[in-house]
Amino acid sequence: MDPLRTLWETFFDWESMREALPEMLTVGLPNTLILAVSAALLGSVLGMLLAIAGISRTRWLRWPARVYTDVFRGLPAAATILLIGVGLAPLGMQVWGPNPYPLGILALSLIAAAYIGEIFRSGIQSVEAAQLEGARALGFSWGEAMRMVIIPQGVRRVLPAWVNQLIALIKDSSLVYFLGLVASQRELFRIGQDYAATTGNESALLLAGLFYLALTVPLTHVVNAIDARLRHGRLATGPADEIDDADLALPGAAGGSGR
Amino acid sequence: MTVDISTSVSLAVRDVHLAFGSNRVLRGADLDVARGGTACVIGPSGSGKSTLLRTINRLIEPDRGDVLLDGRSVLADDPDALRQRIGMVFQQFNLFPHMSVLRNVTLALRRIKKLPEEEAVALARTQLELVGLAGKADARPGHLSGGQQQRVAIARALALQPQVMLFDEATSALDPELVKGVLGVMADLASAGMTMVVVTHEMGFAREVADTVAFMDHGVVLESGEPAAVFEAAEHPRLRRFLAQVL
Repeated sequence: MDPLRTLWETFFDWESMREALPEMLTVGLPNTLILAVSAALLGSVLGMLLAIAGISRTRWLRWPARVYTDVFRGLPAAATILLIGVGLAPLGMQVWGPNPYPLGILALSLIAAAYIGEIFRSGIQSVEAAQLEGARALGFSWGEAMRMVIIPQGVRRVLPAWVNQLIALIKDSSLVYFLGLVASQRELFRIGQDYAATTGNESALLLAGLFYLALTVPLTHVVNAIDARLRHGRLATGPADEIDDADLALPGAAGGSGR
Repeated sequence: MTVDISTSVSLAVRDVHLAFGSNRVLRGADLDVARGGTACVIGPSGSGKSTLLRTINRLIEPDRGDVLLDGRSVLADDPDALRQRIGMVFQQFNLFPHMSVLRNVTLALRRIKKLPEEEAVALARTQLELVGLAGKADARPGHLSGGQQQRVAIARALALQPQVMLFDEATSALDPELVKGVLGVMADLASAGMTMVVVTHEMGFAREVADTVAFMDHGVVLESGEPAAVFEAAEHPRLRRFLAQVL
């Protein structure tokens, strides 16, 4: 047997791929998206709360935020998912039954929140203190100034890093298979792995990989587009017409600007 | 410039002290501005001029002393409410870059004064027109020149119909050819009867527009008086030295 041919068939057996494709599309893809999108939403909300706690003037908010971030950023994602998914399973059983999905989403969100919190915090802290002063001088309270002026600017600056985190989430959603999923709950990776295990051929897993790339590669380009827009787009300083300024001369000193 | 003079107030700063740690920035500063008057605060950098301005609208709380509007202390007032009565313009404009010019002006009108959208927009457009920037309502601040940005900042402050306006080196960050336009707006405002405190290095402006010129050094107002007296007949040697350097 030709070893190259064997290698080729291990990864590029079209028949295996064709067999796995319908289930990937109708079951795996929706499940991966459900996991990633809900964890992204919950993780971003929690991350924003962590970021605000992290810049708070109260140490009783700052300190827990710090510990949380260190713990959830420092543990392997697989360990966190198992700890939450298995450890809280009895509790989850009472609330929503044996479905491992909510706990999987919770675990992914808690991990993402630690990273997103740091991303948001650095963005918020990068906004000049003068912006806060400008808002306070208009009569806005600290909270209003943060909400309307500081946070929107800070978040905008770190959107590329935030999208990177979404990419990480899409990939990490594959780890939820640890928690034991019934057939209809399997996401892309699990379906690929199941086909690979039963056929002894990796082609279905490769197909799963292609699905992940189809989700993540466009997102990396979104990152680049946002980055470019922040750098050169409407937030950058454009050409200013300065002639207009000279038209408003100091009364009494008028005539100096003959433009 | 449409300023309702009946709403403008007199301003008094009494013996204001402030220290950042061991750094005593204000050491008993006093300042008086009559209703509708303009005081220009001059002095070397680091003398406490900008800090004094910030204690007036309580962006910085003084350690000691008092700030009075029409003879009444403002230190017991809610600081957020107080700042709606006292407009402030900054050296670096401090416009919000993520909002259009119009939204910069309407934000506080809608969110603080709770005006309906159309009313806030109408008021903002009127103010922008007064500073000559009606055509820039939809632009982002970043696409305006420094002088235009500062005039937007003035319109933003005026839209709240303040009783006092504070200017913190409003033209120091501007290219020389843009200074005149901003000073023109400020002079119009002064002659319309707005009570103003202007921290400035523009001695020409101080001489022409101010009713009172106050010279600050080391956290106190060393000498103050009518422009002619301060510029032509300075008593204090430090003021004379300062004027010799800047004039």
